[in-house]
Amino acid sequence: MSAIADSTTMLRRNFTHSVRYAAMTLSGLLLPVLMMLMFVYIFGGAIGPAISAGTGGGVSYIDYLTPGILVMAVGAGSASTAVSVAVDMKEGIIARFRTMAISRGSVITGQVVGSTIRTLVSLALVIGVALLVGFRPAAGPVAWLGAIGLLALLILAFTWLAVAFGLVVRSAEGANMASMPMQFLPLVSSAFMAPDLMSSGIGWFAAYQPFTPIIDTLRGLLLGTPIGNSGYLAVGWCLGLTLLGFLWARSAFNRDPRR
Amino acid sequence: MTTVPSGQAIGARGLRKSYGDKKVLDGVDITVAEGSIFSLLGPNGAGKTTAVQILSTLIRADAGEIRVAGHDLARDPQAVRRAIGVTGQFSAVDSLLSGEENMLLMSDLNHLPRRDGRRRVAALLERFELADAAKKSPVTYSGGMRRRLDLAMTLVGDPRIIFLDEPTTGLDPRSRRTMWEIIEELVAAGTTIFLTTQYLEEADRLADRIAVLDGGRIVAEGSSDELKRLIPGGHVRLTFAELGGLDKAFTVFPGSSRDDETLTLTVPGDGRVETLRHVLAALDAAAVTVDDLTVHRPDLDDVFFALTGHSATTDKEDSR
Repeated sequence: MSAIADSTTMLRRNFTHSVRYAAMTLSGLLLPVLMMLMFVYIFGGAIGPAISAGTGGGVSYIDYLTPGILVMAVGAGSASTAVSVAVDMKEGIIARFRTMAISRGSVITGQVVGSTIRTLVSLALVIGVALLVGFRPAAGPVAWLGAIGLLALLILAFTWLAVAFGLVVRSAEGANMASMPMQFLPLVSSAFMAPDLMSSGIGWFAAYQPFTPIIDTLRGLLLGTPIGNSGYLAVGWCLGLTLLGFLWARSAFNRDPRR
Repeated sequence: MTTVPSGQAIGARGLRKSYGDKKVLDGVDITVAEGSIFSLLGPNGAGKTTAVQILSTLIRADAGEIRVAGHDLARDPQAVRRAIGVTGQFSAVDSLLSGEENMLLMSDLNHLPRRDGRRRVAALLERFELADAAKKSPVTYSGGMRRRLDLAMTLVGDPRIIFLDEPTTGLDPRSRRTMWEIIEELVAAGTTIFLTTQYLEEADRLADRIAVLDGGRIVAEGSSDELKRLIPGGHVRLTFAELGGLDKAFTVFPGSSRDDETLTLTVPGDGRVETLRHVLAALDAAAVTVDDLTVHRPDLDDVFFALTGHSATTDKEDSR
């Protein structure tokens, strides 16, 4: 009972923070959209034909790109979560919460739920703009559900990791640094380019890092391209990262705060 | 190990805490009577904040038995948390929320019914002279206003025991006095206050009992008067109109010291009323006329220096 009430209170606090930090919230929402437009209109002309040729001429670049941008938006959202957790921990108000008779996990629950909602808004924005500039997914209702489910899993995984980063590093700069991989690893994945079109070492890395099977699965669900065993890998990575992030965040939060 | 009797607001026995190989608290006993002000006095780095953090459930002690508000702290920290309020050294307010939103957040987390909460928040903002600034961010507040907001947030939950960790450090004299008045009002209403301070004047003015913490140990404990009586340095100073009076008095009090230039005689004593009465009676018997009389008692600064070998507000490095 009180756990739900306290988490709701913390979520409301988190939401007010997003409104007060309007600049950061907005840039978090707009960054993925701008990335997408940049790739479509600046690099798309050069990369698009190669992608199209690699997939047997069936896939336009905006179709190829959108799943990657969606995953990138989740990464960008988690970066802002890490920063907001780190700032919060520095505030000293967390120490106050810890000495109050409230549900222990409510602070973190508020952060996780708030972050998830922000990221979902960002994803909706990306899909909306993508449709405007020519994204034509071939997915039926079941595939859409699958795509949304996978994105939800990914949000869960990244948010818990981000919360753990925020708890451990304790400064906004550190949190931003720690979440860099989640923001920039997609650049070296199949998000913008097929790995077999990259130079060999980088291509090998891109093919085996976690973002690639996640993006490939998402692409498969939305465009009907073959998924292969990427699906299992994607779900496995998400569940593994969620568990890691959750356990790490929990132990960091339960540790006595440093002086 | 003796057990902590219930009925006290705070009782701690054998409190220990180390960070690495540095002993921050090295076997501290604390007893605070309900409805009183207890002050933990000590220089920077003496372990005051660590003691507050442990007693307020924020961090765990390495050893020791603690009861707060009748609850065993190790076994039932949530029950302790329901009875206490903490106002830290660094104001624990949310700077992205307005003053009023901070207060309403506390009201929600204390699960007050919405209307009662709003009423209580409005009354506290009024009482702490924050009503005009209620809609503004605490970032725009002065140091004194931030501390008042911090304390007001603590009071939303109506705690029986309040921990104040250096509540006036860094405040200007006027804000400090305002804070003292607020603390006195709280105790008058029956709240127990656990106060840490590095200001002797503050402990002297507010506290019923003072424990001097130095290097992780309590080196002395008692009322302000008891502490002052612990050390020598008290005396009665007699001033005479002419040299004859000084001569006569000097023979009456062997062991006193005279200053012929200022016509004063310094008679050592502990500054208690009986001592003073004895001095006056001796002067009467010798028929000496005294022009002026002052009683000097050692202040807490003297006490602190005598107990710890360094003064309270300097020598930060020594105590680390």
